Amino acid sequence: MTAASAALSVRRVPLGSRIVRVIARTPIHLSLLFIGAVWLVPTIGLLVTSFRERDDIHSTGWWTAFVDRRFSLDTYIHVLTSRGTTDSLAQNFINSLIITIPSTLLPVLIASLAAYAFAWISFRGRDWLFLTLVALLIVPIQMTFVPVLQLFNVVHLTGNFVGIWIAHTAYGLPFAIYLLHSSFAGLPRSLIEAARMDGSGELRTFWRIVLPLSVPGIASLAIFQFLWVWNDLLVALIYLQSPNLQPMTVGVVNLLTTYGTEWDLLSAAAFLTMGIPLVVFFSLQRYFVSGLLAGAVKS
Amino acid sequence: MQSRSRVTPWLFVAPAALLIAVLIIYPTFWTVRLSLYGGQGFNFTNFVGLQNFVRLLTDDPNFLDLSQFPPRGAVVNNVLWLVTYTPLVLAIGLIIAVLADRVRYESYIKSVIFLPMAISATAAGVIWLFVYSPSPAIGLLNAVLTALIPGFQPIAWTGSVDLINPAIIAAAIWINAGFVMVILSAALKGIPAEILEAARVDGANGLQIFARIQVPLLGPTISVVAVTMIIYVIKMFDLIYVMGGQNGGPLGAARVIAFTQYVETFNSGRAGYGSAVAVIMLIVVIPIMLLNLRRFRAEAGR
Repeated sequence: MTAASAALSVRRVPLGSRIVRVIARTPIHLSLLFIGAVWLVPTIGLLVTSFRERDDIHSTGWWTAFVDRRFSLDTYIHVLTSRGTTDSLAQNFINSLIITIPSTLLPVLIASLAAYAFAWISFRGRDWLFLTLVALLIVPIQMTFVPVLQLFNVVHLTGNFVGIWIAHTAYGLPFAIYLLHSSFAGLPRSLIEAARMDGSGELRTFWRIVLPLSVPGIASLAIFQFLWVWNDLLVALIYLQSPNLQPMTVGVVNLLTTYGTEWDLLSAAAFLTMGIPLVVFFSLQRYFVSGLLAGAVKS
Repeated sequence: MQSRSRVTPWLFVAPAALLIAVLIIYPTFWTVRLSLYGGQGFNFTNFVGLQNFVRLLTDDPNFLDLSQFPPRGAVVNNVLWLVTYTPLVLAIGLIIAVLADRVRYESYIKSVIFLPMAISATAAGVIWLFVYSPSPAIGLLNAVLTALIPGFQPIAWTGSVDLINPAIIAAAIWINAGFVMVILSAALKGIPAEILEAARVDGANGLQIFARIQVPLLGPTISVVAVTMIIYVIKMFDLIYVMGGQNGGPLGAARVIAFTQYVETFNSGRAGYGSAVAVIMLIVVIPIMLLNLRRFRAEAGR
């Protein structure tokens, strides 16, 4: 029901049944209030904790902070500077950026090229290749770890970022091509044909016509790939063994293993990893949701 | 001219095809081969045939041990995830989508539910470890239960062999209900208003409209989302690594198949044995792969 028709139907009913209706809907509001609290309170609890003083965190619940009102930034300063045994989380944060940016741009570019060919150039074996791609969407990446590590060892790609850029790019490609293909294929055929009639080469048609018109699809793919890489733990554990190369997620896990439940460090660390995804999420929610709807088949 | 146009599409596809072939397809076949080897580390010299699979599926207490009753281990835990997590996350996501559809603050409540989708499983795991903290002075869950139930003894949720699985499953539902909600909510908006209006005119109440009209019409979408959630369960790794630690919970009680693949290959250094676990994962997803291919061909044929 649209908002307009809802307003209309409310206006038509008399006051008595309107009151009945409001009361009848109370359970809906109460349920949603409860659900909303369950989803929001755990995050708020950790957020509040990250701004408390160390001694308070380990002696009283975060909910008492609203009464005590003693807040500080010590936890953040502590995790971002030195933690003694390992590098600071500031290094992990920089590593996350170094890993994520190329691992987002490369698959978007390479997948765009392939998706254009799949969508707009007919060639022998195209359908067969695309079916292989659909099948690859759900092959567990666990099937690739050991052979890829063996390969990376031979070509010296284990102790640097290049290996993980390549790995993330390859792992992201099947979904990226799949998503962009549906976006590109939705463009009007007449447009592409007109460009070809005018003598535009394939690369030019791709670059000047298809890419600019597919910005929403490319944006949602870029957001997905960015969040996927930024939030990844498994691939980083496999391909980046050296502590001074590891991203935030691995840094948080290392904190957890080294210090156990030191909530002052963990709360600040968790929010540092969540910062960028939350900004991306709130500013680009529209693309995020549309990409989700387009790629619902994905693993 | 003719020859150029025959080469062009391949130039567009080549970078992607090369990366996928070298980093996904070839390794996949190679891992199948490695799964037939025993021994330590990355030295694949000791050919053992199907012995890894036989041991994994009959005699590994951390994976599947048929001599025990009731059986325990990663396979059993994954089945537990499948039969509890999947229906629960679908039901909760559906209920939220339907409830939110009936209020004016729909977009706000949906953002709140959807938010955990944006953050890492690592951060989500830390958030829930904090909720589950055994100390009622720190952990929200124990604090609430202590306040509500007189004489309640605080529980170490993730420290207990019996409770760690439900505890992690609850966290996973918190993460993914937003995904289910978004997809089903979009499908819900696609149901023509006339159908719902007609039902209302015929005197159907909210619950009847939900059960008799909305749920059946959402059927195909629900099955797509269910498949996505099943794949999520089969690939479940990081939440368990964060919340259960590198051992997969007390006595490895929270281990699942993907977790075992990691631990066997990289912590225990038995890469052949770990490869066999990966092959089992592949075999499990093959029916879903065929289903996807069939659905894709049907859609392309329309």
